[in-house]
Amino acid sequence: MTLARHFAVALGVAVILLLLSLRLSPYRDYQMAEVAAYVTAVAGLTVLIGLSGQISIGNGAFMAIGGYASALVLIHLHWPLELVLLVSVVAAALAGALFGVAAARLRGPYLAGATLMLAVALPSIANQFPSLFGGDQGLTVAITPPAFLGATFPPTRWQAWVTCAGALITLILLANLSRSRVGRSWRAVRDDEVAAALSGLNVARLQILAFVVSAACAGLGGALLALVTGIVAPGAYTLTLSIALLTGAVLGGLGTLPGALWGSLVLVLVPTYLTNVGSSHGLSGAASSSVPIAAYGVVLIVVMLAFPAGIQGGLRRFFGPATAAPLTALRRRTPGSEHQEEGPI
Amino acid sequence: MKRRHRVNAVALAGVTAIAMVIAACSSSGSGKPSSSSTALTASAPGITASQILIGSHQPLTGVAAPGYDEIAPASDAYFQYVNAHGGIYGRKIVYKFLNDQYDPTITSTVVHQLVLQDNVYAVFDGLGTPTHLAVLQYLNSSKVPDVFVASGCTCWNNTSADPYTTGWQIDYVREGKILGNYIKQHFAGKKIGYFYQDDEFGMDGVKGLDDEIPQSQVVARESYNQAVTNVAPQVTALKAAGAQVVVSFSVPAFTALLKLNSLKLSFSPQLVVSNVGSDPITLGGLLESYAKQGGATVAGNQLTQGIITDGYQPSLGSTSNSWIQLYEKIHSTYLPKLPLDGNVAYGIGVAYTFVQAMFKAGRNPTRQDLMNAINGGLPQGPVVAPYAFSATNHAGVTGAYLAVVKNGALVQTGPVQVTDDSSGGAITTYSTTQPAAPASGIPSP
Repeated sequence: MTLARHFAVALGVAVILLLLSLRLSPYRDYQMAEVAAYVTAVAGLTVLIGLSGQISIGNGAFMAIGGYASALVLIHLHWPLELVLLVSVVAAALAGALFGVAAARLRGPYLAGATLMLAVALPSIANQFPSLFGGDQGLTVAITPPAFLGATFPPTRWQAWVTCAGALITLILLANLSRSRVGRSWRAVRDDEVAAALSGLNVARLQILAFVVSAACAGLGGALLALVTGIVAPGAYTLTLSIALLTGAVLGGLGTLPGALWGSLVLVLVPTYLTNVGSSHGLSGAASSSVPIAAYGVVLIVVMLAFPAGIQGGLRRFFGPATAAPLTALRRRTPGSEHQEEGPI
Repeated sequence: MKRRHRVNAVALAGVTAIAMVIAACSSSGSGKPSSSSTALTASAPGITASQILIGSHQPLTGVAAPGYDEIAPASDAYFQYVNAHGGIYGRKIVYKFLNDQYDPTITSTVVHQLVLQDNVYAVFDGLGTPTHLAVLQYLNSSKVPDVFVASGCTCWNNTSADPYTTGWQIDYVREGKILGNYIKQHFAGKKIGYFYQDDEFGMDGVKGLDDEIPQSQVVARESYNQAVTNVAPQVTALKAAGAQVVVSFSVPAFTALLKLNSLKLSFSPQLVVSNVGSDPITLGGLLESYAKQGGATVAGNQLTQGIITDGYQPSLGSTSNSWIQLYEKIHSTYLPKLPLDGNVAYGIGVAYTFVQAMFKAGRNPTRQDLMNAINGGLPQGPVVAPYAFSATNHAGVTGAYLAVVKNGALVQTGPVQVTDDSSGGAITTYSTTQPAAPASGIPSP
């Protein structure tokens, strides 16, 4: 029942996105593709933090793994696009499993610190093996629209289609997962590890699984972003990216999948919009280039003060049950009642 | 339980804030001759009857910004000067440069914005090797002129795959050969150490050096990564190898770190530094601020004294040179707040070259007309050696002169030498005098 509803919603969204992509200018299509790539990665992070209660400041590193994996497969093996994306998911998931084993022993700020290290250290591996990873200038990734769409088909629209499809599939899977036994177990672990363990849940295994899921999403997000921007390079996966993902998840509303969309929209659109505002109001280059960074901070502070539960939390407060319930809502409900009470995700 | 969540949320907010602070801290044609009566038309994207819109990506904030953030404003200053004196066939140049923070992902975003949304005529002087590589294919497949990239990577010279991309400054291989040739002649038998950035910039430079310097003389090869500011191990290794001359293909920040670490170890080899890492004003400022952070006071000019380097524009110290006089005029009128240093000179010089190319492209140029103008070769202008531009070569300046830093300025010590980027290609002296700057400061159509 839940599954069918999620599919129906996703199908509806897919049709809307398709129509939108046909009407938008090539540049808006490009932005749509960027947003979709970020949504994929942020959704994985919001599930990790909101559901399993673990913090990661290192998901940018998993994006790097996905990005590099897709670039290497595209360049050396020339596999079809769907296989390339699959490889990137598997590669990032494996890395997530490895790291998750270590992470399952860490809590709170210590876990954050360990993932921070991952974000800082991993991209520089590319510099250690320049012949394989292309060193500082990285590897070029190029995709062209398939021939049947015609020679004049805008490449950015194709990018938007590919990334939106990736993001939608990710969201369906995550929505189902969070409504499943696994999702409920995660929430149990998040709320009280001891109680969860007493109920027969394998806490460490569940936490590692959450890490794997989040890393797989980040890997796909990284691969999609690489397809959009056309490059994988260490400079694209700095600590700033990892922080941006976390910011997107928190801004949108931790633990809510629509929140991942709001957060990603803020991440992609606010800097572009504000740069334009800055330069069109006659600010000098240096000043207008600082405007987005300052405004980003202001947006973060305002949202956190006004909507401590993120944008999705704020929407919920204003529009009530019409909007989706956060995945975190379980703890206020009695077991077994969630199917009637929770709205569509 | 509720309480614990509150603590977690606060901890999360705290960690995010700290991490943001960390992130913030680590953040810098052969145009058809047409009579002057031809009406001005909107002949290409970005060109209207009254203006020419061009775009660029530049590191205005972030790690690469110090120094490099002066380049685009300097180019813009020259464009304002041209606009104030009749423009290009009456059209004004509008230069929109966006901040990419030296992050290739952002470069891709802002260049898509410039091309798809702003409809720029051309991308001009996009700065950086890793950043610009991110948009190389995109610009060429979109057939957008991608002229005078601000990087000496030989990767911009690939006319068959990337016919719309051209370099401008002397490439690092040529520069390495010219510096290597000087070292071979003047430091025969001495022990040579290399210090270079571990990317295309450093490796192209080393390729040029190795072409000239006998391998038996090279006692150490130490590379650094831009992300790691501790270069003490490399400097220690250079000292241990007994290097008497250290050749450095480094950005200014790392030239400064090399110098300060050498001082700390009482290691004083003769420094030979590539042009991009040796601008005395930038370098002196960095040396003073780094030393201050370490609790010491140094005089920048004293520490840069005697560094051997090369230049491909007239030295800023030669105040009687017509080009430098032009630069001073533009600097004092439009850029009074910036120092007149190598970055500003770079920005003005490359902008001058663009104006040359636009005049040559004709009154109502298409995008292809601009490429045809460059492919047909450009007159020398503000640089000391001819450009390599032709239909099959998109490298920029072909030569440079040797110089030594004295009292914070470059002093030319040898003749202009030109070479190619091939291994074994001869280095010859270029004795033709550089043409003087036009009195108007604007290239003639």
